Amino acid sequence: MTSSLPLASLKGGTLILDNITVSYQNIPAIEGVSGVFEASSLTAIVGPNGGGKSTLLKALLGLVPLRQGRVTFQDCKRRDCAYLTQTAQVDRSFPLHVSDVVAMGLCQKQGFFRPLPQDTNVQVTRALERVGLGGYEQRLLSTLSGGQFQKVLFARLCLQNAPIILLDEPFAAVDAYTIEDLIHLIQEWHDEGRTLIVVSHDIELVREFFPSTLVMVGEALAWGPTQDVLTLETLRQAKTHFRAREKNRLHDFPDAGKVA
Amino acid sequence: MYEFFIAPFIAFAFLKKALVACLALSLGCAPVGVLLVLRRMSLLGDALSHSIMPGVAIGYLVAGLSLPVMGIGGIIAGLGIAFLATFVTRHTQLQEDASFVGLYLIALAFGTILISLKGNSVDLTHILFGTILSVNTPALILIALITTLTLLTLAVIYRPLILECFDPGFMKALGAKGALYHTLFMALVVLNMVAAFQGLGILMALGLMMLPAVSARFWAQQIWSLWTAAFAIAFVSGYLGLVFSYHFELPSGPAIILVAGVFYFVSLTVGRHGSLLTRKNTGSS
Repeated sequence: MTSSLPLASLKGGTLILDNITVSYQNIPAIEGVSGVFEASSLTAIVGPNGGGKSTLLKALLGLVPLRQGRVTFQDCKRRDCAYLTQTAQVDRSFPLHVSDVVAMGLCQKQGFFRPLPQDTNVQVTRALERVGLGGYEQRLLSTLSGGQFQKVLFARLCLQNAPIILLDEPFAAVDAYTIEDLIHLIQEWHDEGRTLIVVSHDIELVREFFPSTLVMVGEALAWGPTQDVLTLETLRQAKTHFRAREKNRLHDFPDAGKVA
Repeated sequence: MYEFFIAPFIAFAFLKKALVACLALSLGCAPVGVLLVLRRMSLLGDALSHSIMPGVAIGYLVAGLSLPVMGIGGIIAGLGIAFLATFVTRHTQLQEDASFVGLYLIALAFGTILISLKGNSVDLTHILFGTILSVNTPALILIALITTLTLLTLAVIYRPLILECFDPGFMKALGAKGALYHTLFMALVVLNMVAAFQGLGILMALGLMMLPAVSARFWAQQIWSLWTAAFAIAFVSGYLGLVFSYHFELPSGPAIILVAGVFYFVSLTVGRHGSLLTRKNTGSS
């Protein structure tokens, strides 16, 4: 049950996407995406703003209705996913200790109403040590920097101990040192056999650390091993493709510009 | 000292009842108020407090100045407006604050007209500014019931409610019913507003909920300590307010709220965390 030891037996699930389409107010955000996130794979999703990266994660989690198609989970359930949203919405002046926030991760398996396991404090301490915040248990959230707060959320993910982890732009607005620590943890999770899907804008980072990449431009433009996918040509293609698509959308759906 | 601070409560049953009412109100209103502040919904509380007006008015038309009947009317109206506002928020483009504003103004106007159909200005003053000194046993029982229900509910839904306040995105990701806990919480706000209304009147009810809660922010940095501090401030305000209102023949509701107001000003000037004084000493702004 300890999340800090490598879990050799942990098998990440497989996610199969079959022609999924999601629309916001009749305007398609992603269209006809098909493909497989293999068990225990580490995939980056890249693409322009409005390319449907976040929407794709939400679609996988069932947080937005699918207009078409289906998502199938193999060897796991949708409830096994841990998901880190973009953090802008959280109020960091909220009167909680770091350990409180980390312990929230236990709700994934425990639900809200069961007593916490006896080794909760041990689990929290280990998770904080893993993200390089050992000894921060009793610090208030309001005293943390943005990067430290992001690390706390990663520690919470450790306690969620999920076989599938989805991260939405975890490196936005954190400095290079923090990114290094976070990447290190992501690689550990990968080694433990979890399935990881990470939205990122940082092409260099993706090239260096992510074995697979999916390029989203409203549809899946390319999906496969990173060195094959992240070529200059694909990135150029993504740009022209996305612009053409936006133009068409504006033509077909005059209201499209109003949707963020 | 004894003559001034304690003797009146021993001599008069109505003061005793008022003090017990203050104790119960403080116990229920303090945690709810703290959560309202943490959810950044302080002003929404204001809207909700006015929205109980039509129910109170109908209770008044049916049974006259009977606190429990008006209170039950208030609960029905408050919950109705809260659900209606939630419905408007979900199904139109309006945000929660905007949909509440529209509805509570209508409710307040409607309620005032209903009361004026039968009532006189003395009754209207009672309803708006409270009559804690006339809190009778049925009203006290209703207040105590609401407080008990509030504390029990908060104890049960503590974890998901705090999580929903702090990080609604995480709640969604867990697949939990964040909206359910939000709705339960709004219901608690309405209930406590009605409880406070019985003692403090519609316009003052929110005061015992919000002033101690915002003052507590300057003294405490954890949820349990915020609750304790808010409760202490609320109860002491209630007690001192009653003492002053007895000796100087002041209306009790405003007297209580004014004492709470003094606590608020003292807190924001010399409080331990983030007050004017600490900010000046640390040199940050």
